[in-house]
Amino acid sequence: MRSVTAGILTVGLVSVAALSGTGSPRAADTASEARPASSEGLAAWQQVYSVLTHPRCLNCHTATNYPQQGEDRHRHQFNVVRGPEGRGVPGLTCATCHQGATSKATGAPNCAECHKGADLNATAVPGGHGWHLAPLSMAWQDRSNKPLSSAQVCRAVTDRTKNQNMGGPELLKHHDEAALVQYAWQPGRRPDGTARALPPLTHTQFVEATRRWIEAGMPCPQQ
Amino acid sequence: METYKLTVNGQQKEVTADPSTPLLWVLREELKMTGTKYGCGIAACGACTVHIGGQAARSCVLPVSLVNNRPIVTIEAMADDPVGRIVQNSWVDEDVVQCGYCQSGQIMSAVALLKSMRKPTDKDIEESMGANLCRCGTYVRIRQAIKAAAQQLG
Repeated sequence: MRSVTAGILTVGLVSVAALSGTGSPRAADTASEARPASSEGLAAWQQVYSVLTHPRCLNCHTATNYPQQGEDRHRHQFNVVRGPEGRGVPGLTCATCHQGATSKATGAPNCAECHKGADLNATAVPGGHGWHLAPLSMAWQDRSNKPLSSAQVCRAVTDRTKNQNMGGPELLKHHDEAALVQYAWQPGRRPDGTARALPPLTHTQFVEATRRWIEAGMPCPQQ
Repeated sequence: METYKLTVNGQQKEVTADPSTPLLWVLREELKMTGTKYGCGIAACGACTVHIGGQAARSCVLPVSLVNNRPIVTIEAMADDPVGRIVQNSWVDEDVVQCGYCQSGQIMSAVALLKSMRKPTDKDIEESMGANLCRCGTYVRIRQAIKAAAQQLG
């Protein structure tokens, strides 16, 4: 088992090195190309997994009745709850605060007159079109708030009964184009003015890893 | 600066503002509608709540450029709104207000709740109103007023 893991990690490192020089994503259905070996596909999955279990993704892929916030994934402030459709409840929907884009608008018009030099964008609220929680079927954490294993997340992501019937092309499109996925790489700043943490890959690397995994037949780790 | 055509309380308004200007300041400074209050500026208190396209929204973090053609409804329209009128009357009957600063936002959230749910439970009220803060601590009376309004709405 150790040797298999070491092999996966080695291929993963090679894969990261290869990905670092990639340009814009290619089309998913390049059928003429040889299918990558399963080990390469598994290594690509590990790269994808490293992003999916980052707080930027996990905070909305919760197993709880509420969203989470921050790198420590604490419960969302203000008793915000999931609601019947994952979009909050009447009077306090996700979109009550989370607008179509991360807001740079804050403070009063004359705040800068006294707060000279202050970053008045620092308290921006995260945003993206259609802000909502992932369905509970796509929870990537357990009831103890721990990320699911790589194999468990992989099984959920590839299960069409859980993932809103997405096949490979749809998953690739989701990772590439979905506004809330893209938000993870433009998360804005925390209330204290410091930058929110980014996932461990760039978005381009993430999409490319997803593509390689899909082209390899979407293999999942055994456990 | 850009020019925006907004529908505010059923009326067409044209304003010129920087695209990032929060709707709150367009309402207060450009349109002189000061019923909507500035509390925190970071969507953390609810004092600035208005309705955008029928949904409660925090106007302090909503750039005017993102409103588009969605109708805006503010506290100034509640007296003429069937649900808003009942909620406001209930607020008076239950003597909810202490300092009053947060109350326009409280009422806007309460109206949004009651327009979607005519018989909210205590839990529903807590979940819907949890992000509208009141430093005077009028929460118990707010809940009573919402329940009284719900009874009137049948």
